[in-house]
Amino acid sequence: MGREPRRAVASDRPAAAPRPEAGAAVVVPGETSIPVRSDADVVLARRRGRELAATLGFGPTDLTLIATAISELTRNIVLYAERGQIVLKGIERNGKVGIVVVARDDGPGIPNVPQALESGFSTSGGLGLGLPGVRRLTDEFDIVSEVGRGTTVTVKKWKR
Amino acid sequence: MVVPILKQGHYLIATIPTALTDADLQDLRDGLVAEVGLYRSRGVVVDITVLDVMDSFAVRTVRDIAHMTRLRGAETVIVGIQPEVAFSMVELGLTLEDVNTALDLEEGLALLDRKTKRAGKGGEIRGT
Amino acid sequence: MRAHRSQARDEPSRPPSAHPRTGRRVAESRAGPPAGASTGVLLRELVAHLRQGRTQLRDEWVQRIIEARLLTAMSRDEIFAEATSVYDNYLDALETGTLEALQAYARSLSERIIPRGVETHEVVGIVLLLRDVLARSLFAKYQADFQMLNRVLDAYEPAANRIAITVAVGFVQERERVIREQQEAIGELSTPVLPVRERLLILPIIGLIDAQRARQLTEQLLRSVRANRAKVVVIDITGVPAMDSNVANHLVRTVDASRLLGAMVIVTGLSPEIAQTLVKLGLDLSKMNTVGDLQGGIEEAERLLGYQVVSLPEEKS
Repeated sequence: MGREPRRAVASDRPAAAPRPEAGAAVVVPGETSIPVRSDADVVLARRRGRELAATLGFGPTDLTLIATAISELTRNIVLYAERGQIVLKGIERNGKVGIVVVARDDGPGIPNVPQALESGFSTSGGLGLGLPGVRRLTDEFDIVSEVGRGTTVTVKKWKR
Repeated sequence: MVVPILKQGHYLIATIPTALTDADLQDLRDGLVAEVGLYRSRGVVVDITVLDVMDSFAVRTVRDIAHMTRLRGAETVIVGIQPEVAFSMVELGLTLEDVNTALDLEEGLALLDRKTKRAGKGGEIRGT
Repeated sequence: MRAHRSQARDEPSRPPSAHPRTGRRVAESRAGPPAGASTGVLLRELVAHLRQGRTQLRDEWVQRIIEARLLTAMSRDEIFAEATSVYDNYLDALETGTLEALQAYARSLSERIIPRGVETHEVVGIVLLLRDVLARSLFAKYQADFQMLNRVLDAYEPAANRIAITVAVGFVQERERVIREQQEAIGELSTPVLPVRERLLILPIIGLIDAQRARQLTEQLLRSVRANRAKVVVIDITGVPAMDSNVANHLVRTVDASRLLGAMVIVTGLSPEIAQTLVKLGLDLSKMNTVGDLQGGIEEAERLLGYQVVSLPEEKS
């Protein structure tokens, strides 16, 4: 598990990871990339995320939190961008072990990011991207979105 | 993946066997609503013991099941929510407060008995 | 600071290390400039010299450790053994400029010596002493040429400082991890969930709760609810002097989560002060089932479960 400068995640975007054409997940040493195209990939992505988090040693509750966050992010891609990618990576910083989930798409982008981060779930399970919820489930949350270009959400969770 | 729906007296029981895609969940919803109408069921138990994640979509759909079946005269109870899943749901702010929940199938059926008891009719009276 | 200056000079392509959103800094894990730069070549020369004098320098270092009364928890032989490993790892880190091996060693060293009662100031102390011993050796070798000596120190100091920080931080983190684990263990012991009657659990909470303990409690409680098939839980907070909004929210979430498992929650022992705090925080207390004291809470729970409490003539309930 290599060290992971956080900037690199955002700046990796131009030199993007290979976009696989087949449906299988591509495994690069230390990194799993899952193409997202349909709601079946939501289940696949969160299962892979759970597996990776388990090998990293996360406890049962955290495994569910991570899987749930991945589920939300992956579904957003399916619903709003139709196609995208989930990248999962184990990371280490200052002796702490963690997991990074990057959800990226070339979809329409989010016009009003602050608003998307404010409105969340109403108790009637209302609309919205559920981003505040994802934020609550994870330790670090980052979003970059440009209308017409796409969205990248990066979240991290650290093992306590 | 079609989730089998069992008919037990006036109740329908759907036990989810494995992780479901969004489409599968919606099919389950539609199937339950249809069968409630078809059999005039009074209660529905949806057993989600096997689900390791209940995200916003799943919660919405489950709520839809509860509301739509109620419109057709049936009471629905969700059973088998795992502790970690419950924790995660409340972290997300999804409390399912307008939906009946119980620990497991046995508790769920007991709840339905209590809620649907009518003099002379209704589901079987079950002891605890 | 010299360390940063050398960083900027030798690694111009490195982006600023503060994250835009959170302002957090990335811990740099490189000990020095990449091998191949002139500094790298010089460092290798220094390391070769320090390796040559290994036995003598290590012994001098151990002597200084003992004189400074550090590592008193360890025997002389043990100090020698660890000193040899530290010495070699130190030189490797100096030479290669990468710190992973050193970090790993620092962690394993810490795991060994923390149970022996070695403290942070001792670990920092011995690393600094080693830095000094090696620096003096370099002084001795290059003192004739002042310019050269400066170049040598320019190369050596930032690398040595980064090593010192790595070892110290590694030790501190390991210590913190051990303390955290102990706290968790204590936490679990001090808040047992009590199965009192069939289907009834009581969770007495005592003392101040922080976010981590609150979460631990919730996890324990939910697992107990399932294991005991509880239908009612009484959470007694008589022993909790104060609550902040995080913990209050956590309490609400615990109530909601228990309900998802089919259990009703009764909160007892809510002092007027805490009640006021909660209301001020915007919590809707009417949604929570609260009863004055634990006794009353248990009675209410039994009522909900269908028990009847009969008081005997001699007793007052």
